Amino acid sequence: MKLRLTLTVNGEPAETLVDPDKTLLEVLREDLQLTGTKHGCELGECGACAVLVDGQPVLSCLMVSHECEGRDVVTIEGLTQDGRLHPLQECFADLGASQCGYCTPGILITAKALLDREPHPSRELIKEALSGNLCRCTGYQQILDAVEAAAACGPRSDRVQGPGFQGK
Amino acid sequence: MWSTVRQGPGSRVPREITMATPTSVIGKPRRRVDGRAKVTGQTKFADDIILPRMLHCRLLRSTVPHAKILSVDISKAEALDGVHLVLTGAQFPIAYGILPVSHDEHALCPDVVRFVGDPVAAVVARDEATAELAVNLIDVKYEPLRTFATPLDSLNYPEPRIHDYGDFGNVHKAVALEFGEVDDAIGKADHVFDDLFFFEGNTHLPLEQHATVATKDPDGKLVVHSSTQTPHYLHRALAKALSIPAAHIRVIATPNGGGFGGKSDPFNHEVVVAYAAMRLDRPVKICLNREEVFYCHRGRHPVLMRFRTGVTKDGRITGLDLQTLLDGGAYGSYGVASTFYTGALQTVTYDIPTYRFRGCRVFTNKPPCGPKRGHGTPQSRFGQEVQLDKIAEKLVIDPADLRLNIVQPPDSLTANFLHVRTIGLTDCINTVVTRSGWRDKYRKLPHGRGVGLACSSYLSGAGLPINWNDLPHSGVQLKLDRSGGVTVFCGATEIGQGSDDVLVGIVAEILGIDPFDVRAVTGDTDLTPVDLGSYSSRVTLMMGNAAIQAAERARELIADAVSAKLDIPKDRLVFADRRVFDTEDPNKGATFQEAVCMAEAKFGTLGTTGSYRPPRSPARFKGGGVGPSPTYSYTAAVVEVDVDLETGWITVPRVWIAHDIGRALNPTLVRGQVEGGVYMGIGEALMEEQVFRRLPAKLSHALVHKFPSILEYKSPTSLDMPEVITDLIEHPDPAGPFGAKEVGQGPLLPIMPAVANAVYDAVGVRIDSIPVTPEKILRALEAKAAGKAPRSGPSSFPDIPWPETLRVTPPWAGGDGRASNDPDRPTNRKVDAGVEARAAKAAWEKSKS
Repeated sequence: MKLRLTLTVNGEPAETLVDPDKTLLEVLREDLQLTGTKHGCELGECGACAVLVDGQPVLSCLMVSHECEGRDVVTIEGLTQDGRLHPLQECFADLGASQCGYCTPGILITAKALLDREPHPSRELIKEALSGNLCRCTGYQQILDAVEAAAACGPRSDRVQGPGFQGK
Repeated sequence: MWSTVRQGPGSRVPREITMATPTSVIGKPRRRVDGRAKVTGQTKFADDIILPRMLHCRLLRSTVPHAKILSVDISKAEALDGVHLVLTGAQFPIAYGILPVSHDEHALCPDVVRFVGDPVAAVVARDEATAELAVNLIDVKYEPLRTFATPLDSLNYPEPRIHDYGDFGNVHKAVALEFGEVDDAIGKADHVFDDLFFFEGNTHLPLEQHATVATKDPDGKLVVHSSTQTPHYLHRALAKALSIPAAHIRVIATPNGGGFGGKSDPFNHEVVVAYAAMRLDRPVKICLNREEVFYCHRGRHPVLMRFRTGVTKDGRITGLDLQTLLDGGAYGSYGVASTFYTGALQTVTYDIPTYRFRGCRVFTNKPPCGPKRGHGTPQSRFGQEVQLDKIAEKLVIDPADLRLNIVQPPDSLTANFLHVRTIGLTDCINTVVTRSGWRDKYRKLPHGRGVGLACSSYLSGAGLPINWNDLPHSGVQLKLDRSGGVTVFCGATEIGQGSDDVLVGIVAEILGIDPFDVRAVTGDTDLTPVDLGSYSSRVTLMMGNAAIQAAERARELIADAVSAKLDIPKDRLVFADRRVFDTEDPNKGATFQEAVCMAEAKFGTLGTTGSYRPPRSPARFKGGGVGPSPTYSYTAAVVEVDVDLETGWITVPRVWIAHDIGRALNPTLVRGQVEGGVYMGIGEALMEEQVFRRLPAKLSHALVHKFPSILEYKSPTSLDMPEVITDLIEHPDPAGPFGAKEVGQGPLLPIMPAVANAVYDAVGVRIDSIPVTPEKILRALEAKAAGKAPRSGPSSFPDIPWPETLRVTPPWAGGDGRASNDPDRPTNRKVDAGVEARAAKAAWEKSKS
């Protein structure tokens, strides 16, 4: 029997009927069609499915959806606000931190949680924070560079964006 | 700017390109064109496609490694509520495969299973959970056959045969080639080095699990969205396996969430859901779980190698005699090519005047091996570079100097008739030597710390297509209209490497517009001209040249129209800053949009095409099709290690790498490819292993994957990754678009041998097998302490019944690229030997310069 699930996703109320054994990952991707959150193992090993629940990064593949009743979930789709990319997104795009892009949503979410609690982390701290997120393309260096660059430009980018915007 | 228009497929008009050639897009670090989609989660991977009325598929995979299928009872699965279709091998009688010589796969096994994980049946149901439930209700009865767990099993027992084709017994392919009189040359050498090496298998581990969505379109034709690196080959395989005309199939390659070679074969699940969608007239999706991705594999072959090399006392190679034994796993895949690749590229890097290569690939009851980044070449590159380190040690020559002395000359033919064009290897070596402080570190660091150096080379695209024909390897179409927008169509596949960015960047550069003005449509067999796929590091060079041709043709049309309309001599027109204007009076001109309108008015609807086909290789012997390339990239690396003498634990703090890229089209992406290659090399060097074990006898004694999970298949995290200092060596190559060569694969290759060489520098033990693990180091240290050989590695190479060696005379001894003992050859020539061959080669080279 399906159960009613009520939660806040990216600042908006969401209500859906789901099978009780579904994970938060499955609810986000299949019921709410927020496919920006990825999966690489569905066993909590790769970090691709990271989302924020009440501001904390969690692996959505390991979270039973009903644990999220009434809670506040932020996915990659919620990083963009008022038509502006988050500075992390700008820097990831500009600095080559995203190649195939499959691990990118989980890494951006994890990095956002880091910058929210520590606005100017050392490179070692960034490495540690991201050590649960596997990336098979980049070798991590450009990811670390991008997080550092985002930290340096502050919580909101004031760079002009829109059609024709081509980065730095 | 230059304005040569290329005509016809493969026509090559050499252009003078230097680093001083002005550009506005090419060579500038830029956000990649698909960057915004990736950081906002909007890139649509195959599993992100959700269609109305979509059903879900799961596969039943074999639980035994080698057996006849006696019966498959699907009645319970069919009876389950929510199940729409249950399929077995009976529905898939037609075999397919990536290489024309090994069509040995069926979508579902019809009669024999060949490894634990081989698909036997499929269920299509209303959701994944129901499909999984139904799969478990299928009852398969097997009659076990002998399990072939190792290459020695396969060499020792010809029966039962895993396949009813192949060279003999369970040997899939055995090849023997000789270029010049190797035994003579090695016999006359001052020193002979005879070394054994082993390279364990490993897998791609793309973060995205393979996924496919198939539908029947409203016209009744098949549409397949899939995470494939090779939509063109999937298109061919579907047409064959399902007996549907290719013209009635549309394959759309979704952006791949990492490929690395692992999504280059047509796969079982793709054929199964295509069939199911046509049968049910509903969309059908499959997304493999992580365990299944380990079974798809097609990764690095485990390879045992024997390198017998003759050298002069000053460290020049007189001859190389190489044998390789590849564990192929259960199917052919790219294996014939992989076998030749273990022997193809040694000569492209170093001057090797005589060369014998013998390679053998056997079938075993394990997931099939295939092409992983570097395809067949990393294993023998490891052996060669470690052996060179041993040679340098013995001759008391610095390993950097030893290599600098034997770098293959530019614009030369190798003993095996590969054409080396530009070669930046000397610059690469000198760069990493300087940047790393090599001269102050090598053999000078405290015990436990060390540095190692290694080099490599790689193809910029395979010279021959998989299906031999005279067709272009890459095609590009351009559409321009009165909006001023440009759409570029190409079958190339974006797997994260940045091929869409290369395509758009080149078109924007030539038309003088912004990359944001260009829309790329790629990897769609209905909409885009054929590009053979994202493999063999071919896309930048081949698609890039085709794109240049298409864009230059469009520019010619626009230039004609603007010249006529504004009365400006055509050769004075400049395309830049979204304008077309008179170079002598920049105010006189038109916006790009106005210019396109002028051309549309003059010529009608605007569209141009470009094609690329590589030049023909001079190699005419059997097997000479593997190795030729329009040009080769080169890499040198220095790796620093710290080895804990108590635990054997290895840390790699730093890697210096220099890559001969020809020209970096977008340096941000090129750097990413280099660092990504180093990363994957560090994983292979230190931890990654696709290995197998037997279940306990009381279970089934089946040969199973040791750890088909991301947790236990170790790969480097951000904490394991060394700092990488990258230098790009840029000497534009006339064969490449704007001078560019490959970067996707080459930079991985020197890392594994450089790590092993650094471990020797640190603690004085040779680890002649990959991965270099703490256990192996401790074992070798113990052996050293006990006065035994300070080494961990293989101790013997089996006797293999090699076929008759094809003998090919090297070019400097008058060879014509054919084998002298090939029955099809018109004449036999006497082959010059050993030292004489060296002298002849020197004379030949002198006469050329």
